[in-house]
Amino acid sequence: MEFLQPASWAEALELKAADPRAVPIQGGTDVMVELNFDRHRPPSLLDLTRVTELAQWGTENGHVRVGAGVSYSRVIAELGDQLPGLAMAARTVGSPQIRNRGTVGGNLGASSPAGDCHPVLLAVDADVVVASVRGTRLVPVREFFTGVKRNVLAPDELIESVVLAPAGGPQQYSKIGTRNAMVIAVAAFGLALHPAQRHVGTGIGSAAPTPRRAPDAEAFIDGVLDSDGLWDSREPIPDAAATRFGDLVASASSPIDDVRGTARYRAHALSVLARRALVWAWDELRGRR
Amino acid sequence: MRVNLTVNGVAMQADDVWEGESLLYVLRERLALPGSKNACEQGECGSCSVYLDGEVVCACLVAAGQAQGRSVRTVEGLADGERLDPVQQAFLDAGAVQCGFCTPGLIVMVHDLLQRNPQPSDPEIREALAGNLCRCTGYEKILDAVRQAAEVKAT
Ligand SMILES: Cc1cc2nc3c(=O)[nH]c(=O)nc-3n(C[C@H](O)[C@H](O)[C@H](O)COP(=O)(O)OP(=O)(O)OC[C@H]3O[C@@H](n4cnc5c(N)ncnc54)[C@H](O)[C@@H]3O)c2cc1C
Ligand code: FES
Ligand code: FES
Repeated sequence: MEFLQPASWAEALELKAADPRAVPIQGGTDVMVELNFDRHRPPSLLDLTRVTELAQWGTENGHVRVGAGVSYSRVIAELGDQLPGLAMAARTVGSPQIRNRGTVGGNLGASSPAGDCHPVLLAVDADVVVASVRGTRLVPVREFFTGVKRNVLAPDELIESVVLAPAGGPQQYSKIGTRNAMVIAVAAFGLALHPAQRHVGTGIGSAAPTPRRAPDAEAFIDGVLDSDGLWDSREPIPDAAATRFGDLVASASSPIDDVRGTARYRAHALSVLARRALVWAWDELRGRR
Repeated sequence: MRVNLTVNGVAMQADDVWEGESLLYVLRERLALPGSKNACEQGECGSCSVYLDGEVVCACLVAAGQAQGRSVRTVEGLADGERLDPVQQAFLDAGAVQCGFCTPGLIVMVHDLLQRNPQPSDPEIREALAGNLCRCTGYEKILDAVRQAAEVKAT
């Protein structure tokens, strides 16, 4: 096995192009488990921890660009104000040790249906910046995942960063599991209110082969908020509408039975998570007025 | 490959390191530092917790080469000569150690917690230790030890 250790982003892209089977490693919290258990023995590892560009975040054109190598601990400590949903999701990941090492880019790279970043990134309509020696492209996160642990990356491509708007309204992330820490979600839900666009964004985790949005639920609740004039009046969302929203989120999922939970439980849990997330976020918006 | 790193303030070198090997393996098997324990090798138990450039991580999930040129502090590096660190002493005094397998990782994690948050609340202690499993003590004595260590450090 080879250990490739580029010192710059340009060099990383060159090495990946020269050796497309090289496995990128950032925090290693997914990659090292595979290696320790000999589930996978790649011809080479491409260590990205020396690429300082990846470990940075910044603001560009009114959007926040979070480098692929920014850890969960840093998202929580440094980005909680601008990206509250992502910070909430980051707080639910693993343990302090895992959050110190694990990264947003690694979560995207792994593309697990249970990845905690994904529902929030979907709800805020984030873009993934993907690069290779051939150039850089922007992939909407809603088009990034192609199957269980699969994504659109070409063999020579690496994830550079994720780009998203700073929160324009309240955001929520909830996940269900057997305990508060160290849990792979049984079902998860992310929600973002976009008052300027008069839109509610959604993201579902652990309840379909890929993380996905709930477009019918979004359209339904956008319609209710609009026709009842709630964005202006900031009156409470009627219970029936919140419940219907939850049901539509659940019906957007296609969960399976597995050791962590049955499909029926997942769909039910999702409807409850979604209803609560909507009400919590809406209450926060009303309180802000 | 060869890996050079600083461990507990001492420059060290490990040779014939396999490229897919973990920092934990390097510490235990190549550098004769068996304090950090290997229990799960998948980040679940925290018994391998060490400082890497000042941040607590699971050494089993750090690739050896990623530690090249970095600074590592293990449980072996916490005592001041013969004088135990207050966290170590508190674990002894509180009876927070039974088989002792989880202890090195817990001590590193508590050491880090008390540096960042000298007077943690109980929920804060539990949150900080969420990634450290103990099969023996039932955690109550461990919580006692953390509170005691915080008290000793405050005086
Ligand atoms: C004990 C434990 C608990 C966990 N708990 C959670 C949890 O609660 N929620 C959750 O979502 N995840 C969890 N995980 C999984 C893991 O921590 C996350 O997926 C994390 O975000 C991975 O980030 P990393 O930097 O460690 O990735 P790595 O392990 O370094 O890489 C992950 C994948 O992404 C690829 N990759 C990394 N960087 C790039 C890049 N720049 N471009 C292209 N590909 C790249 C790698 O090749 C690999 O396929 C847990 C893992 C462990 C061991
Ligand atoms: S051995 Fe590293 S976390 Fe268990
Ligand atoms: S004392 Fe035995 S595992 Fe904790």
